[in-house]
Amino acid sequence: MATHLFSVPLTQDLPVQAPIHVNVEAVTKVFSRENAEPVHALGPVSFSLHSKEFFSVVGPSGCGKSTLLDLIAGLTSPSDGLIEFEGKKVDGQVPDGVAVVFQEDASFPWMSVFDNAAFGARRAGLSEVQVRERVDHALAFMGLTDFANAYPAQLSGGMRQRVCIARAMVMRPRLMLLDEPFGALDQQTRLLMGEEMLKLWRETESTIMLITHSIDEAVMLSDRVGTMSARPGKFIDIVQTGWSRERGSETAMDPQFGTLQAQIWGKLRSESLKTLGAQR
Amino acid sequence: MISAVSDNQRAPSRNKRWTGWRDHRVVLLRLGLVAAIIGILELASRLSWIDPISFIPPSSMAASAWHILIAGTYREDMLLTLSSACTALVLAVIGGFAFGLMLYRFGRLRRVLDPLLLSYYAVPIFVLYPMLIVIFGLNRWPLIVLGFLFAIVAMAVNTLNGLERIPIVLLRTARVMHLGRIQEIWLIKLPASLPFIFTGIKLAIVYSFIAVIGGEFLLSGAGLGYQIAFAYNNFDNQTMYGLMFLLLLFVGTINLLLHSAEQRLYQRRVLKEGA
Repeated sequence: MATHLFSVPLTQDLPVQAPIHVNVEAVTKVFSRENAEPVHALGPVSFSLHSKEFFSVVGPSGCGKSTLLDLIAGLTSPSDGLIEFEGKKVDGQVPDGVAVVFQEDASFPWMSVFDNAAFGARRAGLSEVQVRERVDHALAFMGLTDFANAYPAQLSGGMRQRVCIARAMVMRPRLMLLDEPFGALDQQTRLLMGEEMLKLWRETESTIMLITHSIDEAVMLSDRVGTMSARPGKFIDIVQTGWSRERGSETAMDPQFGTLQAQIWGKLRSESLKTLGAQR
Repeated sequence: MISAVSDNQRAPSRNKRWTGWRDHRVVLLRLGLVAAIIGILELASRLSWIDPISFIPPSSMAASAWHILIAGTYREDMLLTLSSACTALVLAVIGGFAFGLMLYRFGRLRRVLDPLLLSYYAVPIFVLYPMLIVIFGLNRWPLIVLGFLFAIVAMAVNTLNGLERIPIVLLRTARVMHLGRIQEIWLIKLPASLPFIFTGIKLAIVYSFIAVIGGEFLLSGAGLGYQIAFAYNNFDNQTMYGLMFLLLLFVGTINLLLHSAEQRLYQRRVLKEGA
């Protein structure tokens, strides 16, 4: 068993620690409801994201994964606890340098692909020359150059999701939060998109936190994978994969891949059963 | 750079030529249908299948409309009707949009007004005319207010529908992009709900014209509606049908222009079948 680095036992020791980029300390989230019992959705959760790390979170449905992402993004405030991004408290305001890609299609249907990608940069007050330079690069990177003048309705689901990723990329975020961005895509596209995410991660050198249902995806992409319990979600395990930064989908052929998958599933299975039992 | 994934093959407008031809054919069919109805009415009147005095042939209606336009006899009535309907429309669109925004913003107000709004069009609005005369006097304003009242709720309800149907993810994106309240309305909410607002405007046009012309027809002493009623009461069918023809032409043209603008709007937003 690994050292107890944070509030949860790690199954492997982390290598030389990068600086802490996001710090989550004893965070809980309770949703109050009209004429009903409040819902304790999350926590207490404590963990840290290290600079330039790719961290994935897996957990049973409804365990509070997306709530955790919302809290770190500043889209909602914690009921208790502390969240810090680059040493500054996050509380209900999205900090500068944070980009979020949602599971649902968040492209603006009334704008062309180019204008979608340029939206945030224009709002940030960049000159049109800078905007064009950044957008051209992002669209080229995401393979959308030929569709710059197309509208989202003319694109497939995967391409629309790439538009959203390009829009996030244009902002050159230091922290990217991905809430099951490939959830609605077919398996092949998911794999390819995963590889592209790794390329994006290497190019932008941003810290990435990915929320996913797929253990395969989490193990393939991440430096560390956090497994959450059934609601109220807490980390029951954080596994370090040990992949090199230059990894790709070939990691799936590594014997360690299956071991990690089995280990995560071992923890996740009982939690998923609890969720299923609660729903029945 | 990203590899060319399979879904890249879904290039925009793959079957553009076929879709274009299909659209073209629909327009031709539509025009053909209108021409056929006009042709049948022309024949029915000319061959006396229907009484040609009560229903003059459409070609005579067009000729009468042309004469009315050239002579300029009813210019003032036309201007009065159009300006009244347009004033009612502009007020209804602005007021309806603001009212829709308020209903969206204040849930309690909406809950209070919901049943009233649902039963709004059950009220025969023309019965308010005497009261409006008392309030505004015997001038054009009672009819403008009638048009405004008839149109505003359609506009407000459609604005509300549009705002309520904005995907939450777009509003969350607005927060991630640090948009302020005004920017959020202007850059996200307004364009996202535009198809519904457009429908509201279309309905507001119809309702304001119905109310103003109907009001003139039944209650007023001036305007196009009044002149149609006057000609009808005096068995002046040439003038009556000529004025009706002009009115239909005007409203039809506005609707056609709006329809074409709406189509352009939807073309951007909705994936066409086969594309």
